[in-house]
Amino acid sequence: MSEATLSSSSYLQSLLNGQARPAASTQVWLNQLRSSAVETVSELTVPTTRDEEWRFTDISLLTKVSLQPALVSNNLTAADIKPFLIKEATTRLVFVDGVYAPNLSTAAKKEIVVSNLYSELAKNSAVLQQHLGSHAEIKGNAFTALNTAFLHDAALIMLPRNATLKAPVHLLFIASQKEVVSYPRTLVLADNGCEATIVEDYVSLQDEAYFTNAVSEFVLADNARLHHIRVQREGAKAFHIANCSAILSRSSNYQSVNVAMGARISRYNLNIRMAEGAECSADGLALIKNRQLADTHTFIDHAQAHGISRQLHKCIVGGAAHAVFNGKIMVRHGSQKTDSQQSNHTLLLTDKAHVDTKPQLEIFADDVKCTHGATIGQLDNEEVFYLQSRGLSETLARNMLTYAFGAEIIERINVNSLKHSLEQTVLEQTSTQL
Amino acid sequence: MIYPNSKTILEVRNLCASVSGTPILKNMNFTVKSGEVHAIMGPNGSGKSTFSKVLAGHSDYEITGGTVLFEGKDLLELAPEERARAGLFLAFQYPIEIPGVGNSQFLRLTYNTVQSHRGNEELDPLEFDDFVRDKMKLLEMREDFLDRSVNAGFSGGEKKRNEILQMALLEPRLAILDETDSGLDIDALRIVSKGVNHLANKDNAIVLVTHYQRLLDYIVPDFVHVMEAGRIIKSGGKELAVELETRGYDWVSDEYKAASRVAA
Ligand SMILES: Nc1ncnc2c1ncn2[C@@H]1O[C@H](COP(=O)(O)OP(=O)(O)OP(=O)(O)O)[C@@H](O)[C@H]1O
Ligand SMILES: [Mg+2]
Repeated sequence: MSEATLSSSSYLQSLLNGQARPAASTQVWLNQLRSSAVETVSELTVPTTRDEEWRFTDISLLTKVSLQPALVSNNLTAADIKPFLIKEATTRLVFVDGVYAPNLSTAAKKEIVVSNLYSELAKNSAVLQQHLGSHAEIKGNAFTALNTAFLHDAALIMLPRNATLKAPVHLLFIASQKEVVSYPRTLVLADNGCEATIVEDYVSLQDEAYFTNAVSEFVLADNARLHHIRVQREGAKAFHIANCSAILSRSSNYQSVNVAMGARISRYNLNIRMAEGAECSADGLALIKNRQLADTHTFIDHAQAHGISRQLHKCIVGGAAHAVFNGKIMVRHGSQKTDSQQSNHTLLLTDKAHVDTKPQLEIFADDVKCTHGATIGQLDNEEVFYLQSRGLSETLARNMLTYAFGAEIIERINVNSLKHSLEQTVLEQTSTQL
Repeated sequence: MIYPNSKTILEVRNLCASVSGTPILKNMNFTVKSGEVHAIMGPNGSGKSTFSKVLAGHSDYEITGGTVLFEGKDLLELAPEERARAGLFLAFQYPIEIPGVGNSQFLRLTYNTVQSHRGNEELDPLEFDDFVRDKMKLLEMREDFLDRSVNAGFSGGEKKRNEILQMALLEPRLAILDETDSGLDIDALRIVSKGVNHLANKDNAIVLVTHYQRLLDYIVPDFVHVMEAGRIIKSGGKELAVELETRGYDWVSDEYKAASRVAA
């Protein structure tokens, strides 16, 4: 073993041993899931830029942050979380530094379950055993394995057959302490024909360094329809690494919008596996500045025929920030009539801003329609001049155009108050860029 | 219309401008007084749009000589937005599309920005809505224009109308309309011209850049100028446009060359 791998595997060990592992559960399968995750972690090292999947994303900074065990006592009040509330959302689960906060949450436990997974373990053991950890692969993924090793509190949403949730469900993950690691976890089980909107939201109450290592699993049965809105607005010095797996059964529909604007370094892996006739969109906006790094890796797997996928990913990169987009689309053998479109557009606001983008199309079926396109550019001077010639200052003109570039993604968020507050954030953020 | 004792709005003297080292405007001279309508004609590539954009302050063009006074002030000193606030308006030959910026938001923002710099009251969204709908009627524009992004997906004619709508909102002292008539069908041409005529008064002035006499049937110019190779080579009254329509530009060019030789 080289020195580098030694130290990076010992880093994972330090995370593993740095805080108390959850006490054994009465559910034997859960204990087994955790211990196999612990084992997997021991076999892995922190990825470096020598790993193909991490070529552009250097996370060595993370290994230099000293992390302590989180204090479990959460004394946040309703007033503390008020700025983050989404008024349309009538059910809400709040996790503070990874720990479920029942006093801040409004759960649902009847036919529709929106609850802390840990309190549902006994009641729904069979179905949870079937799904929890089966879709988010720990093999070869140190971060998913770490999250699984610490599996305890988690957001659980179970939507019964044909249920329609009119109001969005808000999953709010709050970082309140510095220099701690949290392991947010989400499991969504959407039964046949159900429909819902889920907002997965990462926020911070403080500006010092911490590490969020999140894992989500979305399981859509036949004809289920989910909107998944993900907002990553972590603190400026945070590290955010997240893995999400969405499993789409026949003719199900998964619409995801992912907005990344926080964290010093963030990485989001979204894997979507599509059965016959499934439909998905995987849209994203990374809005970063200063020395931020935001990496979005998506993998859309057309595992069966007649799938439709749409992807529009945009990056607005200011300061000396660095965006990464890797969009892999796989059309497997026999996945005929697949219809896939991907586009990726980047706006670089300064000379120091940069982006690494890599579309990856792997097509093993012959009767398919797959397109992709990418652009990287700066604001169009003619557009700036047009606005100036109407009396707007150059700064305002540039802000408006930057905002408009990002608005195309924000507009796809189907929760109005969230959409408007994000639009406001984008406007404010773009106006401090110049 | 020519009024006695009217004030000079624009005075261009020996203006020279180049783009990436290539001279485009070569000793351009041009004076506009309040109340007047001028038409600038001339072959493709003669510098008409360049002249318009130089006046509006486009940064692609380097001013290599000459002066421009706008209501007595040095126009070339001002940033593009300051020129607009001072009352200069350019209707673009090719208005650009700005997807993501709502037309009504954009129009209100420009209106309020310019008004506040002129020391006038701004309008809130409701007041502005009434105000803009009124102006849109003048141009017979469909109401859904307001809900769309600026010029995005507009037809050529719709874009041109949107330009004149902006002119109506900003009430410029000097409006330069660069080929606003190109791409308009005969009905749209009539409507747009009616709008422009409605906006013209004794305190402002209009410069029409056009290739076609038919526009000048609707908006009758006091002066017609022919531009070639970056300067005005002939000026006359509205009959000059009629003559150009039948005879083309060559004779003007020949006349100019002959006169230059004599002068030399
Ligand atoms: N930004 C630019 N970069 C390079 N060349 C330019 C630029 N702008 C204008 N030119 C050149 O300057 C000359 C004058 O162009 P301009 O557009 O002003 O002509 P015009 O009289 O408006 O023509 P038209 O009747 O076709 O609209 C042309 O040769 C054109 O190619
Ligand atoms: Mg032109």
